Amino acid sequence: MTVPSATVVPDERVSARRGRRAARHRERPPAGSSRTAGYFFVALYVVLLLALGVAPAIYAIALALSAPGGIGFAHFVNTFNFFEFAPAFEHVFEFEGIWLVSQTFFVVTLALMVHTLARRVSTTFRFIFYLPGAMAGAASAIVWLFMFTPSGSPWAFILHAFHYQVLSNTVAPGNLPIIFAIMAFFTGAGGWIVIMYGALNNIPQELIEAAEIDGSNAFQTALRIKIPLIRKWIVYMLVLAFAAGSQLFVEPQILGVATNGEVPAQWSPNQLAYNLAFQLDRFNDAAAVSVDLLVIGLVVAVILVWRGKLFGVD
Amino acid sequence: MLPRRYAYRLIALAILLVFAAFFFVPMIWLILAPTKTDYQLVHESPFAFGSLATFGHTFNRVINYQGQLMLIWLKNSAIYSVGGTALALLAAIPAGYGLALTQFIGRRALLAITLVVMIMPATALVLPLFLEASAVHLLGTVWAVILPFAFFPFGVYLAYIYFSSTIPKDLLAAARIDGAGEWGVFRHIALPLARPIVALIAFFAFVADWNNYYLPFVMTYDNSQYPVTIGLQVLIGSAPIFSPTASGYAASEIYRPDLAMATLIAIMPVLIIFVFAQRTLVKGMLAGATKE
Repeated sequence: MTVPSATVVPDERVSARRGRRAARHRERPPAGSSRTAGYFFVALYVVLLLALGVAPAIYAIALALSAPGGIGFAHFVNTFNFFEFAPAFEHVFEFEGIWLVSQTFFVVTLALMVHTLARRVSTTFRFIFYLPGAMAGAASAIVWLFMFTPSGSPWAFILHAFHYQVLSNTVAPGNLPIIFAIMAFFTGAGGWIVIMYGALNNIPQELIEAAEIDGSNAFQTALRIKIPLIRKWIVYMLVLAFAAGSQLFVEPQILGVATNGEVPAQWSPNQLAYNLAFQLDRFNDAAAVSVDLLVIGLVVAVILVWRGKLFGVD
Repeated sequence: MLPRRYAYRLIALAILLVFAAFFFVPMIWLILAPTKTDYQLVHESPFAFGSLATFGHTFNRVINYQGQLMLIWLKNSAIYSVGGTALALLAAIPAGYGLALTQFIGRRALLAITLVVMIMPATALVLPLFLEASAVHLLGTVWAVILPFAFFPFGVYLAYIYFSSTIPKDLLAAARIDGAGEWGVFRHIALPLARPIVALIAFFAFVADWNNYYLPFVMTYDNSQYPVTIGLQVLIGSAPIFSPTASGYAASEIYRPDLAMATLIAIMPVLIIFVFAQRTLVKGMLAGATKE
């Protein structure tokens, strides 16, 4: 799974408020500008959007809906009855449950803690937390493969406490959701901690001082003042992480190769779609699974854009 | 009151240190692992330093693996990432400018669609993209990877935010009154002011492209085309310790320190960018949100 590049949006969003304010003064076209100029500037992007965003989505839907007699849901029914379909979705939802809950708790807690530190110390911590983002994907999966191998792992003492002797003990089927959650947290949490830290910096100092004068301790200030004020970033993180997490692919793929198939090749829905397409030559069924995933991502994105009020579509 | 406050701080610091270890230990391990032999890696302390000579041997073994495959993979990664990033910038910077500072029918709709596709994980479109690439006979060419990378709505959004919040409209209006055409205004006024956002978009696009696994996994089909992310999987498949079936290829065996070295080499470009961009990433990135 690639860590969503959009994880940095909220930082930029902070400045976007100014953009929104500016936008209100921009009802009329800027003096002297012409409409055709606008089309010219967005032309290349629109071509890419149509060719690489809209067209493949329509193509997938058409493939998924094609049936012998015309249009139908036969491929959706096919995949739904496929014996690996339900487990694949169960796997990713279990993984997401563990990951989203723990990431939300730890990211918010760590951001609050980092925020109370002196600036230089906090910069160091933020950098350490952020650095693993450099190895998102295959690299992190390999490193964690070693971390989860009881012989030679720096975390061997923890693995031994669970009586794990070899890698296959650690990657037992029941452990996989938590293993992928740890990998996702390792590469993704740092970026979010930096973002939450930025959001915390935006809280007016007077508000926090007023609470302290009223006798609020650090814990109460965090719970009653700071967390409610950064709530929308927390929601944003949850939604983005949910959408990205449903697409899990690279981690189970790498672990599958490394354990010689101990992690099934169709552990996640995306792997299932891949195998339907390239191992079984069932492209229409694969397209149906892709559409399922696309719908999950689309619904989440649309809810966030229209209801979340995070983005100023002026 | 005071001792209690110190107690809070101490507990907070202890928790922070535990998590710092969680994030940092794997990185340290990765740097130390190639200094050791396979035997040392398993039997010595994970934080023991082997020797620089072993590090050099491991490096050579990885680079020279099967006719310097590693270099081919790195070259492919560079072509895909640099090509994808360049095209993404070429499309995103003018588009962000057009969305922020010009008026045209459909502007709001385009902005809304951009936000939606930006949030949707790109991986959902990979299989349909493969079918599309196959239909237009792009499979087997670099464009099958570069073109999907060029579509980077997040970059358009960042450029839009930047242009709408930092470029004074009066400046553009003044230039127009002075007789500058629309392209002239963009080229001579907006673009020179956009350097920070060009750098930021280039950073995010490059890192996302370099680390991408699923798209090239689907679009490329042999070692001459694989980027280094897929190359790492090939290496794991050749490591008898993980894939016992691979032990038949005794001549091309890959050991655990080799895998660690290959991983280190694979992340090096992004790691270097991260370290150099540290100031921007951890501080400057938070435009309007910094404490100081």
